[in-house]
Amino acid sequence: MKAKSVDRIMTGVIVGIGFLIIALLAALLGYLLIRGVGHISWHFLTSAPESIRAGGGIGPQLFNSLFLLVLTMIITVPLGLGAGIYMSEYAKQNRLTAFIRLIVEVLSSFPSIVVGLFGLLVIVNRFGLGLSLMSGALALTVFNLPLMVRITEQALRAVPREQKEAGLALGLSRWRTITTVMLPISLPAIVTGTILAAGRVFGEAAALLFTAGMSSPRLDFTDWNPLHHTSPLNPFRPAETLAVHIWKVNSEGLAPDAAQIAAGASAVLVITVLLFNLGARWFGRALYRKLTAGR
Amino acid sequence: MTQTRQAADAIANDGRGKFPKHKLEELRGRGYVMFCVLLLIVIIFSIVYFIASRGLTPFASQGVSVGEMIGGLKWSPEADTPRFGALPFLFGSFATSLLAAIIAAPLGICAAIFMTEMMPKVGKNILQPAIELLAGVPSVVYGFVGLSVIVPFLRDVFPGQGVGILAGGIVLSVMILPTITTVATDALRSLPAGLKEGSYALGATRWQTISRLVIPTTLPSLMTGIVLGIARAFGEALAVQMVIGNAPHIPHSLTQSAATLTSIITLSMGNTTSGSLHNNALWSLALILLIMTFLFVFVVRLLERRVKHA
Amino acid sequence: MKKSLLVLTTLALGISLAACGKNDNSNNASNNGASSSAPASAAISGAFSAAGSTALQPLVDQASKKFMDLNKDVTITVNGGGSGAGLSQVAEGTVQIGNSDVFAEEKLKDADADKAKELVDHQVAVVSIAAVSNKDVGVDNLTKAQLVDIFTGKVTNWKDVGGKDQKIVLVNRPASSGTRATFENFALGAKSEDLPDSITEDASGTVRKLVSETPGAIGYLALSYLDDTIQALKYEGVEATAENVASGTYPVWAYEHMYTKGEPDGALKAFLDYMLSDEIQGTDVKDLGYIPVSDMKVTRDVEGNVTNK
Repeated sequence: MKAKSVDRIMTGVIVGIGFLIIALLAALLGYLLIRGVGHISWHFLTSAPESIRAGGGIGPQLFNSLFLLVLTMIITVPLGLGAGIYMSEYAKQNRLTAFIRLIVEVLSSFPSIVVGLFGLLVIVNRFGLGLSLMSGALALTVFNLPLMVRITEQALRAVPREQKEAGLALGLSRWRTITTVMLPISLPAIVTGTILAAGRVFGEAAALLFTAGMSSPRLDFTDWNPLHHTSPLNPFRPAETLAVHIWKVNSEGLAPDAAQIAAGASAVLVITVLLFNLGARWFGRALYRKLTAGR
Repeated sequence: MTQTRQAADAIANDGRGKFPKHKLEELRGRGYVMFCVLLLIVIIFSIVYFIASRGLTPFASQGVSVGEMIGGLKWSPEADTPRFGALPFLFGSFATSLLAAIIAAPLGICAAIFMTEMMPKVGKNILQPAIELLAGVPSVVYGFVGLSVIVPFLRDVFPGQGVGILAGGIVLSVMILPTITTVATDALRSLPAGLKEGSYALGATRWQTISRLVIPTTLPSLMTGIVLGIARAFGEALAVQMVIGNAPHIPHSLTQSAATLTSIITLSMGNTTSGSLHNNALWSLALILLIMTFLFVFVVRLLERRVKHA
Repeated sequence: MKKSLLVLTTLALGISLAACGKNDNSNNASNNGASSSAPASAAISGAFSAAGSTALQPLVDQASKKFMDLNKDVTITVNGGGSGAGLSQVAEGTVQIGNSDVFAEEKLKDADADKAKELVDHQVAVVSIAAVSNKDVGVDNLTKAQLVDIFTGKVTNWKDVGGKDQKIVLVNRPASSGTRATFENFALGAKSEDLPDSITEDASGTVRKLVSETPGAIGYLALSYLDDTIQALKYEGVEATAENVASGTYPVWAYEHMYTKGEPDGALKAFLDYMLSDEIQGTDVKDLGYIPVSDMKVTRDVEGNVTNK
């Protein structure tokens, strides 16, 4: 009997903790949204920030965050896929592979501030890229790359052996088998993982303070020539992202509505991350259905 | 001209003869993935090299001793006789991340048990997405919430100003909860079903099974998750800086202003000129962070080896 | 050597000021009909960037946007990063303007002193700093000696300086901060201590939030950050206002500097002149809580010696 009652108590405790965590998240989300949502409007999302007067928006910052994310993904995805394929398909069980695995692990646990400082020293100053979107994207690549490698490797490993062997038996080269048979099968897992990783890139600030800068030059949203200085698409202009903007407004904001802007921007950021998460689930599932139903 | 072209053609023809198309393709693919891996190696070595080249300057040519940096208690970089004792920051970093782990580990492990053993459905549909979302909330937002909610709360409840290791630990614990929970859930899920069924068949209650079988067998994996969480907490910068107070001293209580390695770096990096002793000392702190990362990975490795042996 | 350089700099500044004034009068036919006092007569073109002090960033940012509106062929990027970063970058030549809260000589010392000599100072505004406290401490005036006692930890309770029986909580800035250097030099006349139990924050917004919420807190802020959530303290009975700073009665102030490597020319010079024109000094400088350099009845050199103009 005693064991039974202990069991009941502990079950209660654990279930309680489970719901406590859910409540905690709900409270956190509620706090951020209730404070911020009221400030979100079309004007807020599209107009440029004001340094002194009230009524500034977060338009350029939102654009910068998304553009930086795209830039980072353009760099990371091909490289991450490549290294992931190597780790799962080509690497032999030897010292070198163990060493590379260690590197991936260390790289993914570097503090973002250390990566930011490295970016400042090497990408910004030595390569002369200056505080720019490109520098920011390269710095983010440093800690997004190991994540991509791990996602790809795990996804490829989950592909059934038979599929792979069937490809090889048909006389396809190993590379061909990987790209035409295995990658499509593992695509849903890779896409889901990538989008989740993108959510983290979206909220990163510490590394970007030192690499992408804290300024938002005036952008001309009618000029889409990536080589012009005021063009939003120019990757060599400095860019303040949403997360950095929250940090700046909180710390040095002079506008009378700085607190509301910070709250509104936080809410926008959280909503975006929420959309990323839901989108990743939905997209991964839809892709999986599409790719498996036809076969 | 024509001669060279002929020669090139000959080589190409020859190549085509020896390498059928799919072999060339294979070679190209292999070359590409090797390049990607090589890039990873280059990145990590350049990070270590550049951080170390700056971080070692104070010891090599500016007269600061390693002993002073690691064991010294006084940090006064702009004084007439500057002192660079980083022990308070080391202490602060360890204390906040350990405290975060102490708070987050039981919660995370319970959440994992909840998801795998108790209510898989609620777990999968509500708790897991909730925890993934916690992982996605930007650290700046955590810092902001910490400063607006947790610091005033602690100020009212405990003596002191609310800032300090306790505030930092609480903020960090929420941030590392997803790491610990995810690793723990994976470990519990990978447990062979037969093991648990055997235990139930012997008449053990669910809690007995969990406490005597599930947790002991998965302990190394659970520890791995905790260490990964500590590593993440150790390197977190902005959120901690906003709530910890940043006084360069070892505090006497949990609610007294303290500082971490990361918070001191973010506070002073921009204000110092590159090449100055103060600036280089901050790079030394970054180097310490880097070394700590290696240590954490090493510990995780040791734990993983135990998982394999178990 | 240092002195003579300083004289030269001040002289150069004076001349550029005068030149600027002239430009205002002879404002003939500016381009595209924009009414401007800026020297926008000839087509100016070029691209340059500024980096440094986060306190000065909003002003330079604002001015650069106005300047680019007037001169379509000029591109200016303005970044923050901190005074130290600004000075090292302008000395290395990675940016053309280094924004700083302090004299370059104060940051680039010892081995770097030569770098400071290559830099030309352009003082574009004056920033004044006031001691601020939580609203409920029962004190609205502190003497220099009292401030020193508080910031070195000799006095730890507000009742010892005539206020309530409440513990004093220090909200200081990091040792590398320009704001702290200004406060220490001109309000305390001594270095303050990083005491245990004190809070250190770099960002003015965070300092304001902490001072307004923490009972018994004291800190210091630039005038632009003062609002009704905190209480500005008088210094030796003198209120921290723009007028008192300009007349020299309130001593806690410093120049905001924009450094160039060597004498500027072309678009860079035009922009720096524009910074000192009425267009910026009369409007944005005041809006951002700075005091225009031209209003100042006193000047101060790098050693801190104040002279009447």
